[in-house]
Amino acid sequence: MSESARSDPNRFWNPYAAGVALGLVLLATHLVMGHGLGAVTASYRLGVATLDTVAPGHVRSVPALAEVVRQRSALDHWLVFEVLGMVLGGLLGAWSAGRLSREVARGPTFGAVPRLALAASGGVLMGFAGRLARGCTSGQALSGGALLSVGSWAFMFSVFAGGYITAYFVRRQWR
Amino acid sequence: MNSLFPFWSLGDERRTLGLGLAVLFGIAFGFVLERAGFGQARKLMGQFYGRDMTVLKVMFTAIVTAMLGVVILSGVGLFDLQGVQLRYPTFLWPMVAGGLVLGAGFVISGYCPGTSVVACASGKIDGLATIGGVVVGSVLYAELELALGTFPVSGALGSFTLPQWLGLPAAVVAAAVIGFALLAFLGAEKVERIVAARRASTGPAPVARR
Repeated sequence: MSESARSDPNRFWNPYAAGVALGLVLLATHLVMGHGLGAVTASYRLGVATLDTVAPGHVRSVPALAEVVRQRSALDHWLVFEVLGMVLGGLLGAWSAGRLSREVARGPTFGAVPRLALAASGGVLMGFAGRLARGCTSGQALSGGALLSVGSWAFMFSVFAGGYITAYFVRRQWR
Repeated sequence: MNSLFPFWSLGDERRTLGLGLAVLFGIAFGFVLERAGFGQARKLMGQFYGRDMTVLKVMFTAIVTAMLGVVILSGVGLFDLQGVQLRYPTFLWPMVAGGLVLGAGFVISGYCPGTSVVACASGKIDGLATIGGVVVGSVLYAELELALGTFPVSGALGSFTLPQWLGLPAAVVAAAVIGFALLAFLGAEKVERIVAARRASTGPAPVARR
């Protein structure tokens, strides 16, 4: 691994400073768009768009899917554009900090294939749960939490509870 | 001031400008998450193994910052807080159940949906695998939603906020949230110190730091 002379790739912003910056981005989004940030909506719309090219009849027969393609293409939504921006912002951040590297993040004794299987499985659970809860850590906990919504706060505490309950069982992937 | 580009009216001539702004907000969001260390599963997972409570610190600081902004701006009549709150209705039971399952998925995957995008953008193949999982899981939910009956709309309380629930002014609740966040930060710093001391005393750390 090449070490940049001018920056340490494991150096991050102070968490409280990063929190203020994140809060200001969220505040600006609420003020300008009248809605907070989000992540699952874009993935969902990408999934519906893909399904719409292979099985358009099926998409129109399931109400929750049909609603997405009723007026425009499934991908024609501001949260899809926001997530495209996230890709650019993440790329810019990683590149400028010398952290851009193709790898499978895992513990030194854990295999890449089981790690990818866990990553995908966790993703399936989060996609399902994010739709059920009408938002994820971004779209519900952060965005609704800042607006003092009771449901968003109940969601956020549940996320931490679900995480701590599960952590013991998957600890090996980081060893 | 009300929202300049409310997402629901992006069908008009301001649509292109609104979508461009959405990209800009996304760039800022992705950049800050990356700089916080949230493109790295090991850093995120430190939260759940006690060695690095960055997730809690960043999340609660962000919530307090944005909350202060919306409460103060609505207090002086510059922001329609209730209008935006209407877009965050409470459905208690699906939100509690969804939170528990999403938390489990977060720890199994190593990323949450938003941070998996940042991880993928910084080259992490497991971040890409997580995004793929989220795509499949969210479509799966749409396919199975009818089979869940009325559960997804159970515990419907409408636009229900902490000030309404507690019967207190928004400013008082905001102060209480700040107090709660400060206590959480003190607790987080303490847990990090305890876990670091324990790891130092029990011989070689099981995880080699890069």
